[in-house]
Amino acid sequence: MGEFAKTSRRAFLRGTAAIAAGSFAGKAAAEGTPDPLITELQDWASYTGAGVDETPYGLPIRFEADVVRRNVEWLTASPISSINFTPIHALDGTITPQGCAFERHHSGAIELSKEDYRLMINGLVDRPLVFTYADLERFPRENHVYFCECAANTGMEWAGAQLNGAQFTHGMIHNMEYTGIPLRMLLNEAGLDTAGDLSDKWVYVEGADASSNGRSIPMEKALDDVLVAFKANGEALRMEHGYPVRLVVPGWEGNMWVKWLRRIEVTDMAVESREETSKYTDVYKDGIARKWTWVMDAKSVITSPSPQMPITHGQGPLVISGLAWSGHGQITRVDVSKDGGISWETARLGKQGDAKALTRFYLDTDWDGSPMLLQSRAIDETGYVQPTKDQLREKRGENAVYHNNCIQTWFVSEQGVAENVEVS
Amino acid sequence: MSKFLSLIVPSIGGAALVLGGAYGFASRDYGQAKIDNLTIRIAQTEAHVASAIERARMAEAEAKKADTERELLKLALADAASMRNDLATLAPVHEMSLGLGRPAHVDEIAAWDVDVLPDGRGLPPGRGDVWTGEEVFVEQCASCHGDFAEGVGNWPVLAGGLDTLADKDPVKTVGSYWPHLSTAWDYINRSMPFGAAGTLTADETYAIVAYILYSNDLVGDDFVLSDENFAEFEMYNANGFVIDDRSELEYSAWRGDPCMSNCKDMVEITMRATFLDVTPEGGGVSVMNHAAASDAPVFGVSASEDVVGGENAELFAAGERAFRQCSSCHAVGEGARNSTGPALNGIVNASIGAVDGFRYSGIFQDAAAAGDVWDQERLTAFLGDPKGAMPGTKMAFRGMRDQEDIDALIAYLATFEVE
Repeated sequence: MGEFAKTSRRAFLRGTAAIAAGSFAGKAAAEGTPDPLITELQDWASYTGAGVDETPYGLPIRFEADVVRRNVEWLTASPISSINFTPIHALDGTITPQGCAFERHHSGAIELSKEDYRLMINGLVDRPLVFTYADLERFPRENHVYFCECAANTGMEWAGAQLNGAQFTHGMIHNMEYTGIPLRMLLNEAGLDTAGDLSDKWVYVEGADASSNGRSIPMEKALDDVLVAFKANGEALRMEHGYPVRLVVPGWEGNMWVKWLRRIEVTDMAVESREETSKYTDVYKDGIARKWTWVMDAKSVITSPSPQMPITHGQGPLVISGLAWSGHGQITRVDVSKDGGISWETARLGKQGDAKALTRFYLDTDWDGSPMLLQSRAIDETGYVQPTKDQLREKRGENAVYHNNCIQTWFVSEQGVAENVEVS
Repeated sequence: MSKFLSLIVPSIGGAALVLGGAYGFASRDYGQAKIDNLTIRIAQTEAHVASAIERARMAEAEAKKADTERELLKLALADAASMRNDLATLAPVHEMSLGLGRPAHVDEIAAWDVDVLPDGRGLPPGRGDVWTGEEVFVEQCASCHGDFAEGVGNWPVLAGGLDTLADKDPVKTVGSYWPHLSTAWDYINRSMPFGAAGTLTADETYAIVAYILYSNDLVGDDFVLSDENFAEFEMYNANGFVIDDRSELEYSAWRGDPCMSNCKDMVEITMRATFLDVTPEGGGVSVMNHAAASDAPVFGVSASEDVVGGENAELFAAGERAFRQCSSCHAVGEGARNSTGPALNGIVNASIGAVDGFRYSGIFQDAAAAGDVWDQERLTAFLGDPKGAMPGTKMAFRGMRDQEDIDALIAYLATFEVE
C-alpha cells in the first residue's frame, strides 16, 4: 500500500508535465496563468438555476446525452424484434439505471397497466389461480441484486473481432436491484400436490406481448431463487423492462426473464418453444446443438479504457476499470493483463460482489504511454476461470452464437486510442 | 427431489418462523448460540430419521421428508451464519396458502393456455393441406419470409439448409434445425403473423405448417397435416440436440489456479475489429474497418425532437399509437427507409405507388400510371380495408376498425415530410 502510494505520487508529478500540451489546466499550471474558470465570475455562480419542479422526473444532464442505449441496425430485421446495448463503457459502480439498460423485444415493448394486469397459474396445480397486481403486492417480498445477460452477448465475436466498443461487444447486460415475490411462494399458493414428484416437473412462463415469449424452467430452479418482480432499482419497472411484472431468473440467460409475465404453467415436460429450440440453442462444430444451456458462465470485460473510452490524459495515473459476473455465484477474483495475457495482476474489487450480480473491479496503475493489450479474466466461487476465445473455440467451434464468455482484448495505442482486437 | 413444498408444512414452517425471530436479536454471540442450537437440532433430526425407520417402519416417503427437512435446516443454518450481524432475512415461509388470488375460470384457462407440447398435447382439432397452406402463406407470411419461405432481407429463412449445421455458416431453418414440429405450430399459432399475432385459425395454422414442411422437401404436395397425424411426424433434425454438457466438457478443465506470469512467449494482434462505429447523426451506424487505429471514433448522439404542440398534440399522440399497428413493416420519421413496406415520409397527398426504390404490386403500379393520389379519402378507404380498396395488395394488414384511429393516423403521417 505504502509502496503504491509513493509510486502514484511520482506518477502524478510526471503526469502533470506530460499532459501540459493537451489541456488548458495543464498549460495554466505550467505557465503560471490563472484559470479564468476560477478567477472570473461565472454565470452559474451568479444567476439562479432551475426551480425544483422544472423536471418532475429528472433525466441526466444534457452533457451526458451520449450515455444512451444504442442498437446495431444490421443485426436484426426490424427494431421491433431487436436488441440494443447498455452504455457500460460510460457507467461505473454496478447498478444499471433502467433508462439506459439494454432492451430486447420480440414484438415490441407494450403498454400494460397495473389495472389491466392479470397473472394466471395453471397446469398441474391444485388450484388454478388468477392474481391481480394488487394481489401480488400482498405477498411477502424480497430484494436482490442480479445481472441479466442476453445469451447472445458477445455473440458477434465468435468468428473474430467485430464491433468496436464495450457497449457493442458486452452491452447486452444490466444489473438491477429487484423487489419481488419468490416464485415458489406463488406456486405454493396454487398448491403442488397435484404435480406429484417434482423432480421431473417444469414451470412454463409466458409473456403478455404479441410474441408471447415463453420458456420452460425446471421445477428445481423455479423453487430456488426465481423472483416475480415488480420493482427495479426502487421504482416500477420501465415499460421496456416488462412493466408491471417480469420474471427474474438469477444467473440464467436473459431470454428466460419473461417480461409482462402473464402465465405460469406447471407441466410434465419442457414445452420446447421456439425460443428454447430454434433460438437460444448452441450449434457446436460437429453440427450437434446443445439445448437447455441456461447458466451464464463467469465473464468480465474492461469498460475503461475501451474503444469508446480512449485515454485522453496522457501518461501517469490511470484507472483501469471493468465488470465481472458469474451465473454460478460470486465473483471471487479478477485479474488484469496489460500485455495480452503474458502476465497478470490481481485487480481490486469495488466491493465484495453479490452472487449472480455484477462486480466492479479496478486496477489503479501508472501508464508510461506504451501500447497495451488489455485483458481481464474473472474467477468465480466454483474456481472456474474465464476462458480465452481459443479455449472456447476448441470446445465449441465458431458457430455457437450464444454463451460467448471469452476473455476480451483491447489494443491501446501510444495515443491512448483503444480498439477491439484478437491476439495470438 | 421430493415434494418440497408440502414439507414446508408443519415442522419447517415453525422452524423458519423461529429463525426469523432469532435475527431480531442477532448479535454475534447470539448467532453462535443459534448455530449451536441448530446443530443440535440437525442431530436430533438425524436421530429422528433413524428411530422413525426402526420404530414404525414408516413409509419411505416419510424418511425422504425428514431428509429434506435436515437439508432445509442446514440451509437455514447457513443463512443464519451469513446474516448473524444483520436484521435482514428472506421472506417468511408460510404453512398455509395466504388465500390470495381467485380461482381461474375454465374459459380463461382455455383462452391463455394454448401452448402445444412436443407430443402434440394442446393441439386443437383441425387440418390443412399444402396447397391451402401456400395460399395462406403467400397472403400472411410471404412479405417477410418470401413466397418460398426463403426469407426476405434480415427476416428468418424457414426452408432449406438441410445438412449444413456442421458448415461454417449453418442455415438453421424449420426443416434443417427445428427438432419438434410442435414448436412451429405453437409459435405460428400464438405469435404470427408479426404485427397480427393470434389471428390465424387452427386450420390456417395446420395449412401453413404443412406448406413449410413442403418448402423444406420434407413432405409431398399431397400432404395433409392434422391433429391426428401430427404426433407421428419426425423432424429432420430430431436427434440433433443434446442437453447442456458444459459441466463435463469445460468446467472441470477450466478450474484451478491460472498462470500469473510468463504465460506466453509473445503476443501478436491477429485480427482487428471489423466494424468501427462512426456513429451518431441519428443512431448507431457501423462501417467496415479500413482505418488505422490512430483514427479515434467519435461518439455523440443528435437529439431528435419532434415538436408538435398545442391542440394537435393529442391527435398526434393518438396517431403515433395507431401507427404501432403499421410499424412492423413501415418506417416514418428521420432516416426512415423502405423495409417490408415503403417508408411513409410525405405519404399524405403523395402519388400512389411512388415511394422511391420500393417494389410495388400491380395494383399500385396501375394507380401510379393513372396519376392517383393518397388523399384523405383514398387513405381512409385503404386503411379501413386494404384488400378491398386495393385488391391484390401484398400488405398483409387486415385494416383498422376504428375511424378515429384512421383519422389520427393520417394526421400523424401528415406531419412527416419527405426528407
